[in-house]
Amino acid sequence: MDWVTTLGQLINTTLVFSTALIFAALGGIFSERSGVTNLGLEGFMMFGAFASAVGTYYAEEAGMGAASPWIGMIAALVLGVITSLIHAVASITFKADQTISGIVINFLAAGATLYLVKLIFDGSGETPLLMEVFNKVSIPWLSQIPIIGEGLFHNYPTTYIAIILVFVGYYVLFKTPFGLRLRAVGEHPSAADTAGINVNRMRYIGVMISGGLAALGGATVTLTTTSTFAHNTISGQGYIAIAAMIFGKWNPLGAFGAAAFFGLSQAVRTYVTLFDWSKDIPQEFIYMLPYLLTIIVLVAAVGRSAAPSALGQPYDPSKR
Amino acid sequence: MNKILKIFSGSTLISLVAILLGLIVGAIVMLAGGYDPFLAYQSLFSQVFGNTYDFGETLREVTPLILTGFAFAFAARAGLFNIGGEGQFIIGMTAATVIGIKVHGLPIYIHAPLAIIAGGLFGGIWAAIVGYLKAKRGVNEVITSIMLNWIALYLANFIVRHFLLMEGKQRSEDILPTASIAFPWLSSLMNNARIHWGMLVAVLCAFFFFYFMWKTKQGYELRAVGSNPNAAQYAGMNVGRNVVKAMFISGIFAGLAGAFQILGVFQYQSVMSGSPGTGFDGIAVGLIGMNNPFGILLGAFLFGTLTYGSAGMSFGAGVPPELIRIVIGSIIFFIAAQGIVRWVIKPFYFKRKKEKVL
Repeated sequence: MDWVTTLGQLINTTLVFSTALIFAALGGIFSERSGVTNLGLEGFMMFGAFASAVGTYYAEEAGMGAASPWIGMIAALVLGVITSLIHAVASITFKADQTISGIVINFLAAGATLYLVKLIFDGSGETPLLMEVFNKVSIPWLSQIPIIGEGLFHNYPTTYIAIILVFVGYYVLFKTPFGLRLRAVGEHPSAADTAGINVNRMRYIGVMISGGLAALGGATVTLTTTSTFAHNTISGQGYIAIAAMIFGKWNPLGAFGAAAFFGLSQAVRTYVTLFDWSKDIPQEFIYMLPYLLTIIVLVAAVGRSAAPSALGQPYDPSKR
Repeated sequence: MNKILKIFSGSTLISLVAILLGLIVGAIVMLAGGYDPFLAYQSLFSQVFGNTYDFGETLREVTPLILTGFAFAFAARAGLFNIGGEGQFIIGMTAATVIGIKVHGLPIYIHAPLAIIAGGLFGGIWAAIVGYLKAKRGVNEVITSIMLNWIALYLANFIVRHFLLMEGKQRSEDILPTASIAFPWLSSLMNNARIHWGMLVAVLCAFFFFYFMWKTKQGYELRAVGSNPNAAQYAGMNVGRNVVKAMFISGIFAGLAGAFQILGVFQYQSVMSGSPGTGFDGIAVGLIGMNNPFGILLGAFLFGTLTYGSAGMSFGAGVPPELIRIVIGSIIFFIAAQGIVRWVIKPFYFKRKKEKVL
């Protein structure tokens, strides 16, 4: 086997697997930086995967052709933002326990998406196979570079968007007044309030961005990997995204690294079987590897993770 | 007994209204989808209460939910978010299967309890890892339990595939009859519904939970650590040790749930393609029961009834059974966002109070 090609392909597969995690983890960061725990990422991804499948399907029917998956992405974004309001209303306005509210999202998403799929597609448990999904795009010139060309510049458009969003997210959070306010609200809401920042409004915005981004993450799973939405399209990625967010210390760049790490260990899983020596390792251990490594890395290097200090606490001005 | 009642009397009304509101949300969703909600709920309840077999099977469905509900709630009382009930459940299953298949020549009154204890113990150890890493290294318990859920899944598959496999099948051999905790006498009364002793143990666990948490010094320490770790530390309690202890006991509950599923229901363990989900459902049960052991008994019964009945709803009224997840989600939503419920019941509440005054 040609090493250069293999390495390039490995990087490429890593990015394919990481894309959804990057979107969702980034979403989680925006919510949690504003002080609202978001365990509902899995649910938002499910809503997104569902909306993108249905949106793309109807766009195809309407003859939109290659634009269809983009319509699907928009549908996912819209549904993600709308459903995030459930979490926002419960946890911000009604001061419900935020972890519970997040779990509610997961429950509602699991039920609602399949209920709707069965309703729309006459009792079938999954959407029809989509014809128009995203294809890999090669960037001229750059894709000719050995290893990196195959690895980085021959990818799905969603992957490029995810990576760009990491840097945009970093810039917005740490270099703009908006980001400063968002973080202030998550660190010290009463101080932020005194400084004239509307705490609840900032938190609503954080949660809505979160829902939208996580839904886009779910959409990328449908539109690049599975081409259909079924009950198992999103199975656990949302929880991995939460792990990536904590692992990356609530920083977009860190979360990107963590997501890439998970993507890599998934990619390795598929590549390792190409080698003869892998026959001696039980496949279960190869599957276990990413999760085991995460724990080891957390224990050995990262240690105490510093969550935003007001995370999980509803803001009550009367208790200042 | 009075105190037991007191613990949930304050929240009972809110829970009941939340359940009612959840069912109403479900009805609205059904109406929007063009179904008949009355027929649907009717078929749901007749599926569960229609004959003794289905009622027995509902109780079977309820049993592991009680225990995974306890697993979530026990940790929650100590301020820990145990999202790892799933992994502890799987490990409990696997430990019970190993003992059930590999240990020979024991009489039933030793073999079966041994398999149960192994299930609970290994579930507890699996959870204690999370507690230990949190106490010693400050690693967030959410992330480690999520990771351990996956590791448990693959570890269980590895053990089944390499040591216990039935020739040519994707499942283990059957456990020995001496390890079975099926309840043949009651089963035959209920048309062979898979009733087992686990139900009884689960109910006893509720009393243990209550007694330990509210009547012992150790329970007091756990709750103190849960409500304010800094104050507990200042009062001379060892926070780290309490975290490990809380996780260990929490994991025992989930491990027992897994053991009972194998020893009482399936009698073998399959190679799993995905997580069974019972541990995650336990989170919902814990929330519906508001982390109170007796609330959880009722919460698990509600959850089990709705889930098992959803099949009937699908036959009787054509409603996709997934609808029930929306109902359960809404119930938890209303329990969590009590402000909404208070707002709904406020008019009735005030009226009643006024009458009392007059």
